[in-house]
Amino acid sequence: MLDLHPSGQASAAAELGSSLRTGSGPSFDRKARLRVFNSAFKIACIAAAAFVCLILLSILFFMFRTGVLTFQDVSFREFFLSTDWDPENDRYGALLFIFGTFALTGLTLLFSVPFSVIIAIFLAEMTPAWLRNLLRPVLDLLVGIPSVVYGFLGMTLLVPLLRDLTGHELADGLLAASIVLTIMVLPTISRISDDAITAVPKKYRDASYALGSNRLQTIVRVVLPAAGRGIMYAVILGMARAIGETMAVVMVIGNTAQIADSLFKPTAVLTSNIVMQISSVEFDSTWNYALYMMGFLLLVISLLMIVVMRFLQRKGGGHA
Amino acid sequence: MTGPSQSPAHPFAQRSGASAFYNRLFTGFVWFVGICVIVFILGLLFLLLQKGLPKLTWDFLYGLPSEIEEGGGIGPALFNSFYVLFLSLVISIPLGLAAGIYLAEFAPDNKWIGLVRICVEGLSSVPSIIFGLFGIALFVEMFQVGLTILGGAVSLAFLNLPVLTRVTEESIRAVPVEMKNASFALGSTHLQTIRRVLIPVALNGIITGICLVAGRAFGESAVIILTAGVTTSGSMWDFNLFSPGETLAVHLWYVQSEAIVPDAREIAQKATAVLIFVVLLINVIFRVPLWLNNRKTKL
Repeated sequence: MLDLHPSGQASAAAELGSSLRTGSGPSFDRKARLRVFNSAFKIACIAAAAFVCLILLSILFFMFRTGVLTFQDVSFREFFLSTDWDPENDRYGALLFIFGTFALTGLTLLFSVPFSVIIAIFLAEMTPAWLRNLLRPVLDLLVGIPSVVYGFLGMTLLVPLLRDLTGHELADGLLAASIVLTIMVLPTISRISDDAITAVPKKYRDASYALGSNRLQTIVRVVLPAAGRGIMYAVILGMARAIGETMAVVMVIGNTAQIADSLFKPTAVLTSNIVMQISSVEFDSTWNYALYMMGFLLLVISLLMIVVMRFLQRKGGGHA
Repeated sequence: MTGPSQSPAHPFAQRSGASAFYNRLFTGFVWFVGICVIVFILGLLFLLLQKGLPKLTWDFLYGLPSEIEEGGGIGPALFNSFYVLFLSLVISIPLGLAAGIYLAEFAPDNKWIGLVRICVEGLSSVPSIIFGLFGIALFVEMFQVGLTILGGAVSLAFLNLPVLTRVTEESIRAVPVEMKNASFALGSTHLQTIRRVLIPVALNGIITGICLVAGRAFGESAVIILTAGVTTSGSMWDFNLFSPGETLAVHLWYVQSEAIVPDAREIAQKATAVLIFVVLLINVIFRVPLWLNNRKTKL
C-alpha cells in the first residue's frame, strides 16, 4: 500500500517542493511567512506592553508638570500646612483635603477590616460547601456594583437615617462617607482574605487539631497568622480603593472646604474636591494647577501602596 | 478524618470549660455577623431594584431627558453608556491582550520586565479620577477637542488596560506547560501555539476579566464626568465621536445632585435600577456559559 509508486511519488514531491520555493507568481515560502508573522506578532505585543508603561509615565509626567506650577504662586508651606482653601481669594491650603482623605480611609478601614475578616473566616472555614459556592459569586458580583449606586444609596437612605438618629441638621460628613465606603470595599477585602485563608495548607489545621485545639484556637493561632500576608494584601487593596473612590464620596461628604473636627461636619477629601471644582476653572490658572497637584499627591500615595504590596508579596514568596 | 469536635464518643472531645464555650460563642458570632452583613448588603440592593424596576417603561428607557419638566427619560445617556463601553473595549481589549501575552510568553526575566510589571501593577491601582485629569490634560488641553465621547472612551480604555493585561497574563500563565510543549512538539510555531492552544485554554479567565472590566466601565462615573461631560447631544442614536457623552452613571449623579427637575428622585431610582440590572446582566450573560462549561468538563 505504501510503496505503490515510490519513485514517482518522490519525484513529484521534489517537484512540488521546488515549485513552491522557486515557482512563479507570489512567493509561497511557508517558513518565511510564518517567521514574519511570528516576529510581527511579537513586535506588536512588545509595543502594547510598552504602551501600557508609556501611559503610566505620561500620566506621572502630565500630573507633575501641571501640578508643580502651583508653587509659582503658592508657597510649599501654604499648600501642605494651611487648611485655608479659598481659591477665589488666592488661598490654597490643601491640608484639610489631605487630612480628610486620610481620616476617611482610616475610619473606613476601622469599620471594614473586622467585618471583612469575619466574613472571610465565615466563608473559608465555617460555611457548608453549597452555601460557599452560592455566596462567593454573589460577593464577586457585589464588587462590580457601580460606585455611584453606593453613593445614591448613602444619599437617599443613610444620610436621612443618620440625621434622624443623631439629631444633626446635616448628617453629611466623614461618618456617612466611611459607612458607604465600608459597604463598598467589604466584598473586595473579604473575597481576597477568603482566598488567602483557603490557601492555608490543610496540614496546618490538621496539626493544630491533632494538638487538641478547637476551632477557635486553630483559626486565631494558626490559620490567621498563616494567612496574615494575604489579608494584609487585601486590606491594602481595599485601602487603595477607598483613597481613590470619588463619586460615592462626593454624594455623601457634603463638599465643604472646612476641616472635619466632627464626624458629622460636611467636609471634603482630595478626590471629591477635584471632581467638584475641576470643570469650573480655567486650565491655566493656579486653582487648576493646585487641583492637579492634589491629583499628583493621590497618584503618589497609590503608587506607594503598590510598593508596599510588592514588598509584602516578595517577602511572602521568599517565606513559602 | 473528621475534626475531633465531631466525635462525641471520644473521651477528649467531651471537654467542657472556658475554651469550649468560647469556641461555641465564636462560631455563633461568626455565623451571625456573616449572615447579617450579607443579608444587609443584598437587602439594600434588592431595595434599590424593587424601588426602580417596577416603574420602568419603554418611554423612560428611550425618552429624551428634560431639564425642567417632569417625565424625562434616559435614552441618550443609556445609549452613550453602551457606546462608550463598546469603544473603550475595542481600544483596550487588543492592547491589553497583546501586552498580557507579551508578559506571559515573550518577556525575558530581567530587571526591565520587572519594571514593566511594576508599571502595570501601579497603573491598575491609580485612582480613576487621575485618569479623568489625564484625559482633560490630553484631550481638552492638548488636542483641544473639548468634552467628547472619544475622550471618555479613550480615558476609560486607559483605566481598563492594566486590569486586562494582568488578567490575560495570569490566565495564560495558568495554562499547564504540558499543553504548550505538546503543541510545540507537533511542530507549531510560537504564534500558532498562542492562537490555537494558549488563548482557547485561557479564554475562561480572560472572559471573566473582560466582563469585570466591562461592568466597571459601565458604572464608572468620575472619568466620564471629567472627560465626556455631564450633557448629552440631546438626540438618540448619535454616533458622532465628538459629541458630549454623558453616560447613565453620570446622569444618575447629575439628576440627584445638580438637576432641578421635579421628579429627580424617581428618575434617579429608575436609573439606579437600570444600572444595577445591566451590570448584573453583563456578569451573568458572560459567566453562566463558562460556569456550565466548567461543570461539564469537570464531571
